[in-house]
Amino acid sequence: MTYLPKPKLHHPSLQRNAVGFTRRDYEGAISTLCAGCGHDSISAAIIQACWELEIQPHRVAKISGIGCSSKTPTYFLSASHGFNAVHGRMPSVVTGANLANRDLLYLGVSGDGDSASIGIGQFVHAIRRGVDMVYIVENNGVYGLTKGQFSATADQGSKSKKGAINTDAPVDMVGMALQLGASFVARSFSGDKAQLVPILKAAMSHRGAAFIDVMSPCVAFNNHPGSTRSYDHVREHNHALGRMDFIAPRAAITIDYPPGEVRAVRQHDGSTLLLRKLPEDYAVADRVGAMNYLHACQARGEIVTGLLYVDPAADDLHAHLDTVGTPLNKLGENELCPGRDALEKINASLR
Amino acid sequence: MQATDVRNPEYFHKVVDCQWACPAHTRVPEYIRLIAAGRHDDAYLLNWDSNVFPGILGRVCDRPCEPACRRGRVEENNRAKPEPVAICRLKRVAADHRKPGIETRMRERLPAAVPGAQLRRVACIGAGPSSLTLARDLAPLGYQVTVFEADPKGGGFMRTQVPRFRLPESVIDEEVGYILDLGARLVANTRIESMRTLLAQGFDAIFVGCGAPRGRDLQLPGRDAAAAQIHVGIDWLASVYFGHVKQVGKRVIVLGGGNTAMDCCRSARRLGGEDVKVIVRSGYAEMKASPWEKEDAEHEGIEILNWLNPRAFVHEGGKLTGMLFTPMRAEQVEGRRRLLPTGEPDRLVACDEVLIAVGQENAFPWIERDLGIEFDEWGLPRLDPTSLQSTLPQVFFGGDAAFGPKNIIWSVEHGHQAAISIHNLLQGVAVGERPPPLTNLVSQKMGIHEWTYDNEISPDDRHVVPWAPKEKTLADISHEVELGFDLEAAWKEAQRCLNCDVQTVFTKDACIECDACVDVCPMDCITFTENGEEEELRTRLSAPALNLEQALYVSAPLKTGRIMAKDEDVCLHCSLCAERCPTGAWDMQRFLYAESHAGQHADGSGHPRVRGARK
Repeated sequence: MTYLPKPKLHHPSLQRNAVGFTRRDYEGAISTLCAGCGHDSISAAIIQACWELEIQPHRVAKISGIGCSSKTPTYFLSASHGFNAVHGRMPSVVTGANLANRDLLYLGVSGDGDSASIGIGQFVHAIRRGVDMVYIVENNGVYGLTKGQFSATADQGSKSKKGAINTDAPVDMVGMALQLGASFVARSFSGDKAQLVPILKAAMSHRGAAFIDVMSPCVAFNNHPGSTRSYDHVREHNHALGRMDFIAPRAAITIDYPPGEVRAVRQHDGSTLLLRKLPEDYAVADRVGAMNYLHACQARGEIVTGLLYVDPAADDLHAHLDTVGTPLNKLGENELCPGRDALEKINASLR
Repeated sequence: MQATDVRNPEYFHKVVDCQWACPAHTRVPEYIRLIAAGRHDDAYLLNWDSNVFPGILGRVCDRPCEPACRRGRVEENNRAKPEPVAICRLKRVAADHRKPGIETRMRERLPAAVPGAQLRRVACIGAGPSSLTLARDLAPLGYQVTVFEADPKGGGFMRTQVPRFRLPESVIDEEVGYILDLGARLVANTRIESMRTLLAQGFDAIFVGCGAPRGRDLQLPGRDAAAAQIHVGIDWLASVYFGHVKQVGKRVIVLGGGNTAMDCCRSARRLGGEDVKVIVRSGYAEMKASPWEKEDAEHEGIEILNWLNPRAFVHEGGKLTGMLFTPMRAEQVEGRRRLLPTGEPDRLVACDEVLIAVGQENAFPWIERDLGIEFDEWGLPRLDPTSLQSTLPQVFFGGDAAFGPKNIIWSVEHGHQAAISIHNLLQGVAVGERPPPLTNLVSQKMGIHEWTYDNEISPDDRHVVPWAPKEKTLADISHEVELGFDLEAAWKEAQRCLNCDVQTVFTKDACIECDACVDVCPMDCITFTENGEEEELRTRLSAPALNLEQALYVSAPLKTGRIMAKDEDVCLHCSLCAERCPTGAWDMQRFLYAESHAGQHADGSGHPRVRGARK
């Protein structure tokens, strides 16, 4: 961490996006995390993605739980809405907020402790309900705030900084998200922004529950030999599943590519995901195939990263519940409180 | 690209833009920190070591450091008017606030005398800044230095041509006095009329620091007829200094666009000139005068007219009534910029007096051409550019006498270099040899995020130096215009300095490529990427590195095969990269680069103690 606020001065060539903001305008307060924390790189990737997507900061809600990861929303998008929820309760707060105001972009920021231990029930249900959100798990395999105990996602057999070996089997959040019906599932690495930024952009443009598991080394407690979440281990065992380019809805696809090498996936909002160098037999819209591939890589000790699965035509919770299309704060009193007669009608229909 | 070799001291020296740009390589950021710390004596002495005349230069330096200052580039597209740190005016703060008795500390800083030097005699011609610098460097080593000066007092151009409202005489007296007190002998009121005679006096070495004393004239129609009201600028300024000229006509034209023209017009404004115009052949932007001198003149109600070429002096029976000018324009002819008449009719500008400030020339009528001192086609001596030695081995040139008119700070540097050459000559060392600089590189880390320097970046705009009221300064030609910063403003201005001498030093083997530095850098200076040729690499960094004057700091390949590339251009030296670095791969290290003068060596011997620490 640092005592000083980041100077406001910026590079003379810094550009403004279509909505008039520079990348620096998407920053937050200076981080108080440990120097070198992977989480800060994820924050930087979120800042970059929001700037590139030309998002109005006040149309974003960033919601988190408790933990190192859940502190990070302070360090990006200071002009957005924020809510720091109770430990593990980010998903239910997002669900409520999303039902009340469907027009905002919801970034649910959580960690392996927050989502794979205390909040695992919340995680499960938000995903299976298809809440329209970007669910980011900043996954470092340890409890950093309490000085480095194994978290529920730590690999069996991995070694702690003090030398203890983890004997418990890990919670595989990517596998769970696939199995629970998430309509966008990806894994990335905080040390690879070239991969992470397009994934974030695609997830932010996705309708439905988009889940991203980000390997984020804990420099203070989990970056030693024997760890499976260290920079070195992740780099050595990273099996990148192709490369993705995100093409905004109105942008022309100018990338020239020979047929067969690139697969294009069009999302509901008109954005296009260009997937390159995918293994020939990999179908990105095949949930079962994705699960098999994930497990095959895991069995080989590889960490598969990239976009694993996407259902471009997915629906979300609002569609399932057939809710009103207007956010509640834009409805008038008459619509929100239709009066005794309306209540009588509803009651009658239930008799 | 090849990995940057930061063991070459010139690499980090170049990062300290101000010091690199200063001909005397004054350690600017260090003295600014000393001023901020209230250590004005130490700041003054540090300046004195390098530039010899801190009080004078703190007022009238040409400030090559300021256009080079990184702060100006950093504020581009961040502030309405990007401005460098007021380096020059901070120097004056050190001079204004130094304590009496500083001479004792000056002596403590000097190199020890060289055995046998007292038997060798060195003559300097002219007591201007280059000769005085040479005397300052050589006298403490024990040499017998004699300075011949035609005027009654030392200081040269600084005394006789720079007007008193910019530079009070007391400041010159003090700083010239410091040097003469070190043992150099001033022979005043003595013009050297013959080099042959001087050579015959058996000096071991002779230094010619006589300046460029001849002001260029304009032989136009009417010049001779109206001669009484037409003056050559530098001669007129000297006449003002000596009190021979006490007033000027109401309407004055100054011809020329350099700093002498500015001094002429402002002096005229104080001697009765009510309608003073500066008239320049070319455009406003191309004028040679420093921007701040143009502003100062305009502030005093002086009009600057551009694109007018003087054609004739208009007079009635020898009494000047005005001047005729031809309107001009610039055009590119065969790739070169040429001034051409626009074709509009000539313009008459009425006036009572004209001051011609269109340049200076060297003149060496007193150097006989058969002595072995060769001159080139422009009348300048043939010199070795490093040693300043002429074709006659014991004769050296410096200041404006060497390569034509430059400025005070260049003269000072010539004095230093010629002193080294003469010291070499008299010690039997190859004359062209230069002692390497004293360098050092030390970590400034005190705690996890504490540094020995103030790394917070001040958001302030450049602070303005207060002026004495115009009624007073225009009424009295010796009333100094600028008042200098008070201590509070000086502290604030000092905070604008980015401490560019505190270098970002990268240790490749410690880096784990976590990107923390890339993410935190406010100026997007740092990139981890695949190596490439410099030209191509510059285009694909976090922010494009388009300023080719500024280096890329490139590491050898890291674990992933990528390299670290840092664009030095707009780095704030704010230390955030080092604070964010979990492994100490980035460190902030203070880089010392002290040019060695005569009798000083790279091992530190002869140099004053490095940090100007008190005893």
